[in-house]
Amino acid sequence: MLQPPADRPFAPPPAVAAPDLDPMRTVPFRVAGLHVDNEDTFTLELTPPAGHELAPFKPGQFNMLYVFGVGEVPISISGDPDRPGVLVHTTREVGAVTQAMRGLRIGDAIGVRGPFGSSWPVEAAEGRDVVLIAGGIGLPPLRPALYHVLARRERYGRVMLLYGARTPEDMMFPDELAKWRAMFDLEVHVTVDRATGNWRGNVGVVTPLVKRAPIDPRRTVAMICGPEIMIRFACQELARRGVSPQDTYVSLERNMKCAVGLCGHCQVGGHLVCRDGPVFSYDQVERLLDQGEV
Amino acid sequence: MAVRRLEAAALDALFGALRRRGYTLVGPTLHDGAIVYDELDGADQLPIGWTEVQDAGHYRVVRRDDDARFGYTVGPYAWKRYLHPPALRLWRAERDAEGGFELLDDAHEVPRYAFVGVRPCDVAAIAIQDRVFMGGAHVDHDYQARRAGAFIVAVNCTEPGGTCFCASMDTGPKARAGYDLLLTEIVEPGRNGQRAEPVYLLEVGSERGEELLSELGGRPARDDEVAEGERRLAEAADKMGRTLDTHGLADALRRSLDNSRWDEPAARCLACGNCTLACPTCFCNTVEDTTDLTGAFAERTRRWDSCFTHDLSYIHGGPVRVSLKSRYRQWATHKLGTWMEQFGTSGCVGCGRCITWCPAAIDLTEEVAAIAASAQARATRRQARVAPSPETGKGVGDAATTR
Repeated sequence: MLQPPADRPFAPPPAVAAPDLDPMRTVPFRVAGLHVDNEDTFTLELTPPAGHELAPFKPGQFNMLYVFGVGEVPISISGDPDRPGVLVHTTREVGAVTQAMRGLRIGDAIGVRGPFGSSWPVEAAEGRDVVLIAGGIGLPPLRPALYHVLARRERYGRVMLLYGARTPEDMMFPDELAKWRAMFDLEVHVTVDRATGNWRGNVGVVTPLVKRAPIDPRRTVAMICGPEIMIRFACQELARRGVSPQDTYVSLERNMKCAVGLCGHCQVGGHLVCRDGPVFSYDQVERLLDQGEV
Repeated sequence: MAVRRLEAAALDALFGALRRRGYTLVGPTLHDGAIVYDELDGADQLPIGWTEVQDAGHYRVVRRDDDARFGYTVGPYAWKRYLHPPALRLWRAERDAEGGFELLDDAHEVPRYAFVGVRPCDVAAIAIQDRVFMGGAHVDHDYQARRAGAFIVAVNCTEPGGTCFCASMDTGPKARAGYDLLLTEIVEPGRNGQRAEPVYLLEVGSERGEELLSELGGRPARDDEVAEGERRLAEAADKMGRTLDTHGLADALRRSLDNSRWDEPAARCLACGNCTLACPTCFCNTVEDTTDLTGAFAERTRRWDSCFTHDLSYIHGGPVRVSLKSRYRQWATHKLGTWMEQFGTSGCVGCGRCITWCPAAIDLTEEVAAIAASAQARATRRQARVAPSPETGKGVGDAATTR
C-alpha cells in the first residue's frame, strides 16, 4: 500500500477546468452581410474567424448567437446547407439581444456556438411528397429544407409550400417567394391574415390552405414551423386529411441558455428541445402541446 | 474488504490524512441554528451532540444526550453547492481594436474537496448530477473537474429524519456505491450522566480510500460489531418519516397532466423556489451576460435557476408556464417522472429537503400520492365503464369516448 510519509505532504496536482472544447465558449464570427427583410426582421451573414472551420449544418438546426455583453439567444439557421463558408440567420427583433443584433454593422463581431439540435427529415423524405407549412417568421427555419429539396428535386415527389403571414408586408423573402411561385415543379400557396394595399390573394390563416391543398396522405411528409397555435391547427388539419403524426414534423421554440442539455430551460415533458429537438415528429409532442403550459 | 472498527479519535486522523493530501475539507457544522456544510478545520467542528427535528415546513436543531458526530440527517444545503456552485464565471472576453472580441484564456484551478459526512441519499444525488452534467454528448467541464477531484466520506443513517424517505427511493439508509470511505456511527445512550463516545464501522469504496487506511488506526471489526451495524441500518429503513410508493408512479404522472388535484399544492405554493434550491439533484441554471462600465470587457456567469420562476420558460411574448399550477406540476413531474426519460434515472433521492424547507409545508410525497391515487381511480372508472355491465351485456361507453 502506498503511504506518504506524514511529514512530507502528498499533494497531487489540482484539478483544472480546461477551456478547450468547452461547449459554453462562444466563437467570435464577423458580420459579412446584413439585410433588412421587413419592418422587424433581418438576415445576417456570418463568417468564421481565420483558422476556424465552419461546421456543416443540417436543415432545421440552430446556433446560439451572442452579442458582446448583451446576451445570447437560439436562432435557427436560414441559409443554404450546400453553400459553404457562410452562416445565414434570419430573425425578428423581439428582445434586447435581437435588438442589439439588428444594430450590428458589417465587420462587427458576433459570438456563435453550434450548430445544435435535430433536423428536418429531408433524407428520410426522399421518394415522398414534401409539404412545408410555415407561419410568419417560421419560414426562415424551413428555408434550408426547401433549398436542400430543390437542389435534389428529382429525388422527391410533389413539393409544396404553404405560407401564411400577418400582412403582405410581413411576408418573408418576397423575392424568393416570387421565384419559387414561378417554378413549375414547386407549388406555393400563400395567405395573409389581413389584406393591405393591392393584395389579391388568399386572406385568412394557414389552416384552410392545408384543407384545400392537393395532399396524398400516404405519400406526404409534412414539415411545419410557426407559432405553436398555428402548428397545432395545421397538424390537426393534416391528421384530418389522413397524414399520420409520424409523418408530420414540427419545430418547437423554447427558452434556451446552454443548448447542450445542461441548463433545464427547454424542457417539454421528457424532451429537452435543444437535445431531442427542435424538430420533433408530431406524435412525440402532440399530447404535450394539447395540454398547454408544459 | 473487511470492515474496520474505529474510535471517535480516528475522525481527527481522517481529517489530518485528507488535509495532508491537499484536500479542502467540507462537512456538516452548526451555523445560525441549522446544520449546514462548510469548510472545516477539524473534526471538533462537526455538530457534536446535536440532532434536528424535521417535518413539513419545520426544522429545529436540538441537543442529543450523547456525543454523536453524525446524529442528524440533512439540512438546507446540498453538496451541489460545491460541485455545481450557485454562481460561476464561465468565461471573460475582451474587445479588440478591430471591433471584434476574443475570449480570454480562463482555465482555472478548481478546489479539490473532501466531503465528510455525505449521506446515502446525497451519494445517490451526486450520481444523478453526474449523469446530468457528464452523461450526455456535451459535458460540463467545470463540474467534471470538481467531481474528479472530490473525495467522498459517506456516513450511513441509523436515525432517519421526519421527512426522510430514502428507503422508498432505494437510495438508503445504507450507501451501496459512490463513496471512497463509508462510516456507520454506533453510539450508545449515555449512562449515569456520562455522555457516550461513538465508535465507527468503516468500509472502503475505492483505492483512494484504501490508501488512507493505515493512517486511521482501529482494528478489524468483529462479526457481532458488523451485525450490530447491519441491525441498526435495517431498523432505520423501517423508521422513515415519510414513504412514497414509486410503483407505476412515473406513468401515473405522465397521464395526470390535466388532473385538477394539481390545484391544491398550487393554491399553497409561493413559487419561492426553496425546494429547487435545497434539492440535491435540481440542476436548472441560467447564464447572465454582462459588461463592465467601459464596455471593453464582458463576462458570462452561470447561476442556479428554478422552474418556479417565470423567466425559466420565457420566450418572446411571455412565459410558457404562466400559472403556478403548471410550474409546480413541471417540478413534480420532472423530478419523479420525465427525469427518467431525460437521464435514465429518477430525479428524487428521498432526502426530504423539499418538504422540510417548503415555507408552505407542501409535502411532495403527499401530493404525488394523491395524484397517483386519482389516476388509478380514473383508470378503474374507465375500465368499469368499458367493461360490459352484467345486466345488459352492454358497456356504457368505449375507451375513445370516456375520459
